[in-house]
Amino acid sequence: MKSKFFVFLPLALTLIFLIGPFIVIVMAGLSSGNNLAFPPPGLSLKWVIKVFSIESFRDSFAVSMFLAIFGTLAALILGIPASYAMSRYKVPGAETVRLIVSSPIIVPGIIVGLALLRYFVVPLSLSITLALFVAHTALILPYAVRVVSASLNNLRSDIEEAAILLGASRAGAFFRVVLPNIRGGVLSAFILGFVTSFNQVPVSLFLSGPGVRTLPIDMIGYMETTYDPSVAALAALLAFLSIGIVFVAERFLGFTRYV
Amino acid sequence: MSEHTLLSLNDLSLSYGKNTVVDRLNLEIARGELIALLGPSGCGKTTTMRAIAGLMTPSGGKIVLDGRDITRVPPNRREVGLMFQSYALFPHLSVFENVAFGLKLKGVRGATLSDRVNEGLRAVGLGGYADRRPADLSGGQQQRVALARSLVMDPKVLLLDEPLSNLDARLRLEMRTELQRVQRANDLTMVFVTHDQSEALSLADRIVVMQDGAIEQLGTPEDIYNRPESAFVADFVGFENIFTLEGGKLTGKGEAFALPEPLPEGAKGMAWRPRFVRLGDGAFRGTVIGAAFVGQMREYVLETPIGQIKADVDAGEPAHSLGKELAFDLRVEDAVVLKR
Repeated sequence: MKSKFFVFLPLALTLIFLIGPFIVIVMAGLSSGNNLAFPPPGLSLKWVIKVFSIESFRDSFAVSMFLAIFGTLAALILGIPASYAMSRYKVPGAETVRLIVSSPIIVPGIIVGLALLRYFVVPLSLSITLALFVAHTALILPYAVRVVSASLNNLRSDIEEAAILLGASRAGAFFRVVLPNIRGGVLSAFILGFVTSFNQVPVSLFLSGPGVRTLPIDMIGYMETTYDPSVAALAALLAFLSIGIVFVAERFLGFTRYV
Repeated sequence: MSEHTLLSLNDLSLSYGKNTVVDRLNLEIARGELIALLGPSGCGKTTTMRAIAGLMTPSGGKIVLDGRDITRVPPNRREVGLMFQSYALFPHLSVFENVAFGLKLKGVRGATLSDRVNEGLRAVGLGGYADRRPADLSGGQQQRVALARSLVMDPKVLLLDEPLSNLDARLRLEMRTELQRVQRANDLTMVFVTHDQSEALSLADRIVVMQDGAIEQLGTPEDIYNRPESAFVADFVGFENIFTLEGGKLTGKGEAFALPEPLPEGAKGMAWRPRFVRLGDGAFRGTVIGAAFVGQMREYVLETPIGQIKADVDAGEPAHSLGKELAFDLRVEDAVVLKR
């Protein structure tokens, strides 16, 4: 009994530590009071409703959705062929390529953001939206390459040869045989990329500008001027959205097999 | 090139970078023949098969199929089928869709398509399995799907990579019979690759024994089994006692020994199967260091001045115990004469 206690104690503490903030935020968002506070004085849905009437949230939500969807698509369009090449051919320096592709995960986002702003966005005078799009694509690319590579490596290459001997072209073999068999990995990469992009703060912080900002940046800005529970309500909504996506993905794809 | 030749390899050379795997190979295969490429791993047999399929570009030479030079023809336009060792079924498609894959690419549609696919599945005894997924089938069934998938394409040559090696003994016999039946029924030309001599002997019309990227010997199973021409082939088909002849003397791992009788002309070596070693009498002496009863036979290993000798004796003969010293004979008339 005693030994079990010492195993479960750290586990329980870990869970409390992970779930605690989430409970605090949800409760704070459901507050009936006018200030961000925990525990709330009473419960109501008024701040949840108010979130939908705040115009800047609606705009920045659209920006975040655009970046998450199209940034991830762009990363997959670049990442799938790159993964395919690295898994099927002896690409010279494939390990170096893999490392460079992974660098946006390894290098702190704040540095990536600063570097992109100072040496990429400003000299080329890119529009804010384009800068954000390029940055998010680059940030998602490592996830796309890693997840897609993992499922490609589990796929035998002789099924492609079999398809070719049955009359398929190289491209035909890829679309008819390879792609359908890595579909789960591609969808998982999409979800992982989407969530990563949607939650991204440090890089977006540097690249957001007047009129165009992502939702997390907008929330930080809102909190600097207004200290009401609507931010908590929005955070809770976003958390439920993420959980819902991952739950559906796990249910239908076995998402965690790929990540 | 005879009029019956379907596939010929002329001076075919294959290499990976600077590493030459097959060096100027020449081979002619007749229509309707069942040919085995036999050899140890690394001998170039699989590479040769991949070159015939077009999955590998030759560094030299020509491949001619049915009178047409296909050396530079891409694999998807060669009319060559290949049954992979791993079967390479498409895991996301049903058995029906797997077999239909090539036909659909050819533009076969509708009732013609389903007739041909179902006919193909029935031909390999899988009539009721059209809707299953490959993962739901046993290894033997998966192999039959792979066979059907190649057969419905009506290939000019069907290549098979180690067709029996993944199967257990019972399925092996079944598949062997199946392949022979399919081959006779369709008058199909088949080339299969194997490292297993018994597979080659039992299935092939002719065997190509390969070593180091070249043909070591080409012949019928009887030729290869009874009349190996080199020490390598003799060893491969179970002649355990193999000697070279140097200056008329039998030379193995031990001392050289001058044979008493006149030697056949041009002989470079001699080999005896264990059952042709005569125990009890003769010019040689050895000590029994191994004895095993294996049913019909007793297998002995003798330590002798000319090296270790293996001898199989009918189990009805009196047994010899370990450590016993015996006389034995290696007679020229019992030996196979190695010309290389």
